[in-house]
Amino acid sequence: MTLNDTARPEGTPAPAAQQVTMSGAINRALRDAMSADADVVVFGEDVGTLGGVFRVTDGIARDFGEERCFDTPLAEAGIVGYAVGMAMAGFRPVIEMQFDAFAYPAFEQIASHVAKMRNRTSGRVNLPLVIRVPFGGGIGGVEHHCDSSEAYYAHTPGLKVVTPATVEDAYTLMREAINDPDPVIFMEPKRLYWSKGFIPGAAAPDAEAFQSFGRAAVRREGTDVTLVAYGPSVDVAMEAASAATDSGWSVEVVDLRTIVPFDDETVVASVRKTGRCVVVQEAQGFAGVGAEIAARVQERAFHSLHAPVLRVAGLDIPYPPPKLEHLHLPGVERVLDAIARLQWDDDADTRFFPDAHLADAGKGGAA
Amino acid sequence: MTTDTSTPLPQTVPTDRPFARGLMPAPMPVQFLDDLGRRVQVFNDDYPEPSSEQLVAAYGAMVIGRRFDVQATALAKQGRLAVYPPSRGQEACQISSMLALSRNDWTFPTYRDSMALVTRGLDPVEVLTSPHGAAHCGYDPRASRTAPQSTPLATQLIHAVGFASGEKRKGRPTVTMAFVGDGATSEGDFHEALNFAAVFKAPVVFLVQNNRYAISVPLSKQTAAPSLGYKGIGYGIASEQVDGNDAMAMLAVLNKAVAHARSGQGPVLVEAHTYRLDAHTNADDATRYRDSAEVEDWGRRNPIARLEAWLRHEGLIDDAFVASVAAKAEAFAADLRERMSVDLTVDPMSLFDNVFATPTPQLLEQRAMVQAELEAEEASR
Repeated sequence: MTLNDTARPEGTPAPAAQQVTMSGAINRALRDAMSADADVVVFGEDVGTLGGVFRVTDGIARDFGEERCFDTPLAEAGIVGYAVGMAMAGFRPVIEMQFDAFAYPAFEQIASHVAKMRNRTSGRVNLPLVIRVPFGGGIGGVEHHCDSSEAYYAHTPGLKVVTPATVEDAYTLMREAINDPDPVIFMEPKRLYWSKGFIPGAAAPDAEAFQSFGRAAVRREGTDVTLVAYGPSVDVAMEAASAATDSGWSVEVVDLRTIVPFDDETVVASVRKTGRCVVVQEAQGFAGVGAEIAARVQERAFHSLHAPVLRVAGLDIPYPPPKLEHLHLPGVERVLDAIARLQWDDDADTRFFPDAHLADAGKGGAA
Repeated sequence: MTTDTSTPLPQTVPTDRPFARGLMPAPMPVQFLDDLGRRVQVFNDDYPEPSSEQLVAAYGAMVIGRRFDVQATALAKQGRLAVYPPSRGQEACQISSMLALSRNDWTFPTYRDSMALVTRGLDPVEVLTSPHGAAHCGYDPRASRTAPQSTPLATQLIHAVGFASGEKRKGRPTVTMAFVGDGATSEGDFHEALNFAAVFKAPVVFLVQNNRYAISVPLSKQTAAPSLGYKGIGYGIASEQVDGNDAMAMLAVLNKAVAHARSGQGPVLVEAHTYRLDAHTNADDATRYRDSAEVEDWGRRNPIARLEAWLRHEGLIDDAFVASVAAKAEAFAADLRERMSVDLTVDPMSLFDNVFATPTPQLLEQRAMVQAELEAEEASR
């Protein structure tokens, strides 16, 4: 059972709450933000008449008009650069990069201008804009449609990087992103677009009511191991946590919600309590966000750790063709394997010994 | 009766004439004054002659602009500036682009357009803050209606388009002047900017200063187009090419281009044929890629001398006026020298001020670390 298939998350306003898909939740967030602020505009490729290839902007052009939600020429650097100019003129653009890998032509605009404008101008020009990036795999997509590109953005100072794991968060984080005075890369896990959950009903609160940036959420409490995850990997972590009870492990799951700003406090508090940590990310592992998290945990909670912080990540390969993606994506089994390696018996983990290939794989202490 | 033929394909070549010659630039650069400052008729019928006031102002701005530029180059050679990309020789382009604008218009310059910014009235010390090393952009873009000078080539053109569109959507009559050089017309962002501008009918004037070299690479290796002005046609943008060392022609064409954009008829692309008399920057050696005969030849197309000759001929200026402008330029340079000789102090803690509106906890930690380092350093003195 995953987080998004469970009943209404705790704390959601019960009577007025509405069940929607994640794509519907983002749609509602856009609509509520547009109703609240005439400067919020939505544009990109196919977001107008069609409503986006994932229908995230469904009906918005019809209901708010072509001036507020419109299609642009097919050019990502152009879309982002145009948003920079629109923001300078006083708008709050929310723009769509149709797929993760299609955002790469815009990388210079994002890294050299979006991220730096406030800094370059000594705070005189800020860019309140949101760049929506449907990202990640698990949907049987063909090449260039399944990349996990969050690390590129997280590595760029000046960008906030947000990725919801729940339908409720998709709504609230998007409202908060649009309200933010700084640019936000809003990474939408494609495989969660059709997951269902609850968002506030008709009387939506003001954006100021949402204060989740930089505040990770503990999705499940446990005492033995902390799983740190974000976006599409939170469901995997939740499933693994459930399965781990069979082995007698009590697993805590921390959902980052925002990679930038990063919530060291919640992550470290959890690891201090459990003494063990596994980071789960769908992206290729090398030099990824998970590596940063593992390093931070070890820097800050070394004396609480009973085992090295392990990472479960995608393979260091270009995203594979659909028939092989199940081998690439971190699944419950790999997470459980990582948990099993967390020094429960204090024997050496032989996996990385020089002659590990000769040793009886999986048997601790063979070397 | 039914028919099995489809709807005929639409006529695709426009028959209206949004600018002087439809979308087409003149077959050769528009000119009003020849090299000796004599009034000529070279494809300038469609452009009203600029007013005497504007022409006299242009002369003064060019003299001061050149003096500023020469002073900045000297400051770079003395090590007062980390680098300076000069625009000596391009005065007609630099000052016309600003004199054609209204006060509320905006401009999106490159690193080589410092002279234009000074013409606009920005404090030259603030214009030179970046190479002086104190901050990335010394002036207030909002107050001066001038975007930060852009180093990544052509990237700021799209901002100009988005900004102009935004102003139009807000019902404000703002025009934006977007600068680009010949080399940067090869960048993808140049093409995306033109296309977005045309599709959204953004009130933008794209000024291509074709100074013949992208650092060392000559125009012949940059493009096979007959003129960079042709680059607008494919996007549906009215285009023109001008003698960029003829201030009267530059003003005439840019005045019309700005009016065209302001009237809601969409963007205009203007190619100005000019020449960078100095090297790319003080760190560049131009003798490695061009010969002195070529530089001397372009030196004879001196935009200041041409306009001065014509203004004198018309009796619009005299020796006394020329002397007073020269004195004003010298005073301008002396003031700049003096103010640039002051050693800069920059608050080290400003490093953390403008990454985000509110610093992240991680930035606050790093701030505390740097603060402690500085305090320890201070204490050990």
